[in-house]
Amino acid sequence: MNLVIKDLNVVTKDQEKEILKDFSLEILPGKIHTIMGPNGTGKSTLSKIIMGSSDYEVKEGDILYNGKSILPLTVDERSRLGIFLAMQSPISIEGVTNSEFLRTALNERREQPIGIYQFMKDMEQGMKDLKMDSSMMHRSINKDFSGGERKKNEILQLKLLKPELIILDELDSGLDVDSLKIVCDNIQEYRKENPTCSLLIITHYTKILDYLIPDYVHIMKNGKIRKTGPLDLAKQIENCGFNYTEDVSELVTNE
Amino acid sequence: MELVGLNKETVNQISEIKQEADWIKEYRLRSYEAFEKIENPAFGPKLNIDFSKIIYYKNNEQEDKIKDSWDDIDTEIVDELDNLGVLESECHLDGIGVQYESEVIYHNMIEELKKKDIIFTSIEVAMKEYPELVKKYFGKIVSNSENKYAALNGSVFSGGSFIYVPPHTKLDRPLQSYFRINSRNMGQFERTLIIVDHDSELHYIEGCTAPNYSESSLHAAVVEIYVGKNSKCRYSTIQNWAQNVNNLVTKRALVEENGTMEWIDGNIGSNITMKYPCCILKGDKSNGTCITISVATNKQEQDTGARMIHLGKNTRSTIISKSIAKNGGNATYRGKVDIKKNATNSTSLVKCDTLILDNISKSDTVPTNICNNTSSSIEHEATVSKISEEKLFYLMSRGIDKERATELIILGFLEKFREELPMEYAVELNQLLKRNL
Ligand SMILES: Nc1ncnc2c1ncn2[C@@H]1O[C@H](COP(=O)(O)OP(=O)(O)OP(=O)(O)O)[C@@H](O)[C@H]1O
Ligand SMILES: [Mg+2]
Repeated sequence: MNLVIKDLNVVTKDQEKEILKDFSLEILPGKIHTIMGPNGTGKSTLSKIIMGSSDYEVKEGDILYNGKSILPLTVDERSRLGIFLAMQSPISIEGVTNSEFLRTALNERREQPIGIYQFMKDMEQGMKDLKMDSSMMHRSINKDFSGGERKKNEILQLKLLKPELIILDELDSGLDVDSLKIVCDNIQEYRKENPTCSLLIITHYTKILDYLIPDYVHIMKNGKIRKTGPLDLAKQIENCGFNYTEDVSELVTNE
Repeated sequence: MELVGLNKETVNQISEIKQEADWIKEYRLRSYEAFEKIENPAFGPKLNIDFSKIIYYKNNEQEDKIKDSWDDIDTEIVDELDNLGVLESECHLDGIGVQYESEVIYHNMIEELKKKDIIFTSIEVAMKEYPELVKKYFGKIVSNSENKYAALNGSVFSGGSFIYVPPHTKLDRPLQSYFRINSRNMGQFERTLIIVDHDSELHYIEGCTAPNYSESSLHAAVVEIYVGKNSKCRYSTIQNWAQNVNNLVTKRALVEENGTMEWIDGNIGSNITMKYPCCILKGDKSNGTCITISVATNKQEQDTGARMIHLGKNTRSTIISKSIAKNGGNATYRGKVDIKKNATNSTSLVKCDTLILDNISKSDTVPTNICNNTSSSIEHEATVSKISEEKLFYLMSRGIDKERATELIILGFLEKFREELPMEYAVELNQLLKRNL
């Protein structure tokens, strides 16, 4: 999958706040991209824009998925196209069970509805892979789930829905060291089976990058990519903070 | 035959058709007097009912006996009921009764229940065959001067179920009655009396439908339930009257020591509904629960809720109400909890949640909570919400389209109610909601 974001200008729906300014980025097939950047810089906003959130308005620019603009598409259409966003803070929905939800989501992208037996088998396997408690299947979506359990639940959905572009918005926050490894192993496994699937990892820490080694590290600040480099760049940021980048940002041009 | 319009003569005629005992006839006439005196309720929706246009009684003269086989019933009616799923539902039940217009036409239950001396029949048959039993409870739980429509029911009642569960008896599966209105301007006034004697258990289900005519029909039922010591009764209903039926129903249970009454009450159809199932917690340690949902769309007014009257000590009540308003509908919770002076150490929990789907629909919560002693407490929570954009975004981001996502959120909102229904009814409810929302 290839995603091209071209000169995107994004404001909040109430037009009060400009969040992305002339934002450009290309995500290449089968590659792992990472975005790092200070709090409030617009990383989550970017991920929701790609997903089609109506909280924001695209003023200018375009987003091309395999060469075709996805701006006219609704959120669910983008999902069915192959985009998956693991959210920074997945919300809970009372009364809708995880299994009811996932089965509906699966059926929306299939011609023939999935048989209940097959579905249960897939779901159980997925939960086992992620070391999730199988009782979660019958619980309301994320209701009373711990922070880490919510994150695992996102990856369970990913495993079943089989996307082509995966956006992980701070997947690592809330996961303990062991869980982070389990989750990343699952994603690696998925990538092996789907080599053209691309990954966009939004994070503040390099730990996750030990498991999911990025091909590109992008530094984002004030609504824009300021610098792109190899994994080393992420390590530098972790050691020296973002001010370091600011100094050099004038010298290094974007890719 | 058909009786249109209401006066003393109509009441007398109904009594004559039924060839009933004098005490019943007198009861009817006293009720009619009360009906004439009592005004429409001073609260809730504006009722504008032309009593002179309503059919108060309608039957099929050739068929005056209740059948226990579908083969003996007019095939047209059987087909109609079959299309509504009534025949199919019979296999999930221990017994079923069907009322068509004013009379009960079908009644059947499995042999085991007959052996257990369980009585399940129409109120008319019960009045003839078990007069003492009926007399002991009839009109004692709901008085005929309770409100205008209880009085109306008292004067012209026809049909309805009678159930008696003897002591130490449990039924494995529910009993069900099904009420069908098929004529224009029809009024249905069934009267249900359920007696669960001590140490017993019953689940009763009521279903109802009517086709949609432009003329409005009236459904004014009275349900009286007696729950004996250590007994449990659950009464589940999903009313799906057409949107031209005014549904004004009085339902009340009297609960003895350590008994439990549960009302599971869904209101989806009808034009105006006024219905507040009530538990009188008379015995110490008795329990009352009412879980209700109401869905108001278009011009519908669902004025529903529950009443819990605590008389005994250590009594508990729970009211969970879920309302949905859409397309200009009005869904109002109107409820009352009254913990009397002697009902010490009692608690009540009232939880009302409303989901409003657009800007033209309305919802209101009108709770009356009275606690007359210091060792008891009433807890009340109310929320009003919209379909959250954030939840929609989450579901849609997994490829579920907006309509389906909204549906899931609504079903989730009603989960507390759905999980109380037997499987077949939960499925039916989902379909009803899909059609109505
Ligand atoms: N719907 C909104 N309305 C108003 N302001 C918003 C909205 N969404 C985001 N913002 C603001 O836009 C900025 C970018 O927010 P965003 O969540 O994208 O930051 P982030 O880079 O993901 O930060 P963090 O690293 O803390 O997660 C923040 O200042 C935030 O307060
Ligand atoms: Mg963020």
